[in-house]
Amino acid sequence: MIFEKVAMASALALMTGTGAMACEINARVSIVGNEFPAIQTVGAEAQACTGGEVKTNLTADHQEINLPGMQGDPAEYTSAIIANSSIVALMNDDVIRPIDDLVAAHGQGLASTQLITIGGKVMAVAFMANAQHLVYRADVLEQIGVEPPATYEDMLAAAEKIRAEGIMDNPVGGAYAAGWNIAQEFNNMFLGFGGEHFKPGSAEPNVANEAGVKTLEMMKALTDYMNPDYLTHDSNATNAEFRAGNVAIMNMWGSRAATLVTAEGVPQEVVDGFAIAGPMTVGGGDIPASTLWWDGWTVAKNISDAEAEATFIAMMNGTRPELMADEDIRTQAVWLIEGYEPTEAAVGVFAAANAGTIPYPMLPYMGLMHTALGNELSDYMQGKESAEQALKDVEAAYVAAAKEKGFL
Amino acid sequence: MKHRTFFWFFLPTGLAMLLFIALPIVSVVIQSLFIPHEAVLITVESCGPFGCKEQTSIDQEATAVLRAAEPLGRFAGLGIYFDRGHLALSEVADAWRSSESFAEFYGHLRNLPFYRAMAFTLAFVFVVTPLVIVMGLIIALAVNSLHKRLKGLVIFFSLLPFVINPLVGSLVLFWMIDSRGILGYSLQWLAGDPDLSLKASTGLMWISLMVYGVWHASPFAFVIFYAGLQTLPKDQLESAQIDGASRWQQVRYVVVPHLMPLVTFVALIQLMDNFRVFEPIVGFNASAHARSLSWAIFNDLGGETRQLSSAAATSVMTIIGVAILLSPVLVRTWRDFKGKT
Repeated sequence: MIFEKVAMASALALMTGTGAMACEINARVSIVGNEFPAIQTVGAEAQACTGGEVKTNLTADHQEINLPGMQGDPAEYTSAIIANSSIVALMNDDVIRPIDDLVAAHGQGLASTQLITIGGKVMAVAFMANAQHLVYRADVLEQIGVEPPATYEDMLAAAEKIRAEGIMDNPVGGAYAAGWNIAQEFNNMFLGFGGEHFKPGSAEPNVANEAGVKTLEMMKALTDYMNPDYLTHDSNATNAEFRAGNVAIMNMWGSRAATLVTAEGVPQEVVDGFAIAGPMTVGGGDIPASTLWWDGWTVAKNISDAEAEATFIAMMNGTRPELMADEDIRTQAVWLIEGYEPTEAAVGVFAAANAGTIPYPMLPYMGLMHTALGNELSDYMQGKESAEQALKDVEAAYVAAAKEKGFL
Repeated sequence: MKHRTFFWFFLPTGLAMLLFIALPIVSVVIQSLFIPHEAVLITVESCGPFGCKEQTSIDQEATAVLRAAEPLGRFAGLGIYFDRGHLALSEVADAWRSSESFAEFYGHLRNLPFYRAMAFTLAFVFVVTPLVIVMGLIIALAVNSLHKRLKGLVIFFSLLPFVINPLVGSLVLFWMIDSRGILGYSLQWLAGDPDLSLKASTGLMWISLMVYGVWHASPFAFVIFYAGLQTLPKDQLESAQIDGASRWQQVRYVVVPHLMPLVTFVALIQLMDNFRVFEPIVGFNASAHARSLSWAIFNDLGGETRQLSSAAATSVMTIIGVAILLSPVLVRTWRDFKGKT
C-alpha cells in the first residue's frame, strides 16, 4: 500500500513537473558526498522530501568515510555521491547495490547516458560531468598579444612572455600539492602524451617509460613559472592565487571554474579578464592532456529494500529535470540531466568531451597507482632525483601496494 | 594492601585497559599479519556518459566465496613488515650491495618510505624534546618570579598554544609562514630575497615544523615545572644564597635537581608525542618535505583504495618504536625505584 503511494507520488510529481513537487518517502535516507556547490544543491533538494528523515554529510573527506560508513549492516549511509574514480573503491568492497529494479520503477526522466552500467547492471546514476581545462586572463593574454594556448608548449611560451614583460612573476597556476593533486596532474599529462598506466589486460604498472619521463619534464618546466610553494597548493589555493590576480593561465576543474570569480573581494580586472577554454594538448598529440569525470549517486547494499527505495526517490528528487530551470543551479555544473542548457561556464568541459578526452580509468587498482604517484613524485619536482628514478619509485610503491591488495 | 583489596581496587582500571588498550593492539597486530584475498578480476562492459568500454572489474561473487572461506584474508606472516612500504629488506640489501660509499647507501635509504619517515621523525624527536624542556623551564622560572597579580594572566596566555587544537594551531602558523603571510613576507624582506619560501625548501620546512613543535608543547612542560617550583624548599634556596651562589648557580644546583623527576616525566611524554608527530605535517601540507610514521598510516587509510594491512603494520612498528625510545628512561626509573627500596 505504502509502496503504491510512493510510486503514485513520484509519478504524479514527474507528470506535473512543478518546481516544488511533493516528494514522499517512508524510510530513512542518509547521504555522504563531496562538498562543491553542485553537490550541495543535490543534497539540499534530496532533503526536500517528506515522510522520512533525510540526512546529509557533505565533506571534502567523503572518500575516507563513505566506505567504512557503508560496510556495516545496516549501513550508516544509504547513498554515496561518488565520481568515476571513487565508485571503484565501493565496488571493490561490494557495498553498493545494482539498481535496475529501482530505475524501472522510479527512474522515469533519466537519460540513458546517466546510467552507469557495469557488466550489464546499473550501479550508479550520473548527474554531472567534469574535466580540467584552461582558465585564463583574457586581458593579460591580449596585452602580450597571444591567443589562448591550445597546447602546453604554447602555455610555456605565453608564461615566458608574461614574465619577460614584467606583468606577473609566476603567471602559471597549477594544483601541484603533493599527494592526490600532483598525481592527477601527472595523469592528465601522461594521457596527453599517449601513455597508459597499466600494461594491457593486467595490473602491471606501465609508467616508467618515455611518456612518463616526458610528462615529468613538462610538469617541471611548468613549475618554473609557478609560485615556489606549488607543492603545497591544492585547487583551492591555486584558485586563491588566480583570484588575487597573481596567475594568468592554469589548468582547473570545471566544477570550480564556474564560480571562480564570484567570491567576494576579487579585483575587477580579474573578474573582467576571466575566461575559459578547452583543455590543452601536449607533445603534438591530439588527445587533450586532461581526464573526463562524472559525478553520480549510488544506493548502499546493506540496507533494507524500503530504505533503498526511499533513497532512490530522494536522490531522483535531488537531480530532477525541473531544477534545470534555475539559472543559479544551471551554472554550478555541467549537468547530465534532461533539460540542461549549457551556460558559458560549461564550454571548457564540453570542449574536453568533444576533443576525445579520455575518461579517468575506472580500474580496481587505479586508486593504488594514484596514491603511489602522489607519494613519489615530489622528490623529482624538487630536483632531488631523476625522472627515471622517480618513475621507478612509483612503480615499486605501486607493486608493493598491489601485492598487498591481491592484484598482483 | 591485601591482595584481595588490591584486586578489587585495580579491577575497573584493568578492565578499561584491557578493553581500550590491549584489545585494539591485538586486533592491529592480527590485521598486520593478514592481507586481502587475491582479487578475482573479470572483464565486463561498462557504460556511462562517455560511452561504453571493456573494463576490468572485480568478480564480486567469486570474491564473496573466498571471503566466506577465510574471513581474515590470506595469512602473510611478516611479509607486509618486510615489503617496500615498510622495512624494505630486499631493497635495503640491494642498495647495500650496489652502493660504493656510505653516502650513496644513505641516499638510497632516504628514497624508501619507512627510512625517509624515520629520518624526519627522529630528527624531530631529538630536536624538539630537549628544546621543549629548556623552554618550559625558562618560562616557568620567568613566570615564577613575576608579581602575584600578573601571574594568572601570564599563565593563561602562555598556555594558549597547548590549548588550541593542534591542527588549527599548525594551520595558523602555516598561513603566517606562507610567502604572502606576515612571517614569510617579513623573512623575505629581512633576507632581501623575494623568492625565499619556507614551504619550498626541505630544510626550512623541517625548521618550521620543529618551531611549531616547540611552540605547541612548551606550555605543557611549563605547567608541570611551574607546579614543581611551588614545592621548592625555601630554606635550601636561602642557604644557597647565603653561601653566595649566583642566580644561575641556584638554578643549576638547587632548582634543576629538585625538578629532575618532573624532567623525566616531561621527557617521557614528549618522546612519545613527538615520535607520533602528525598534525603539523598535515596542517603545513608538508608531505613533500617531511613524513612520519603516523602520516604514513593516515596516507594508507586516506587513499581511494584503503591499505588496512599496511597501515596496521606501520602502527605496530610505531608502538615498537615508542617502546625502544622510552626504554632508557624506563630502565633508569626502574633502577632508581630498586635503589630506593
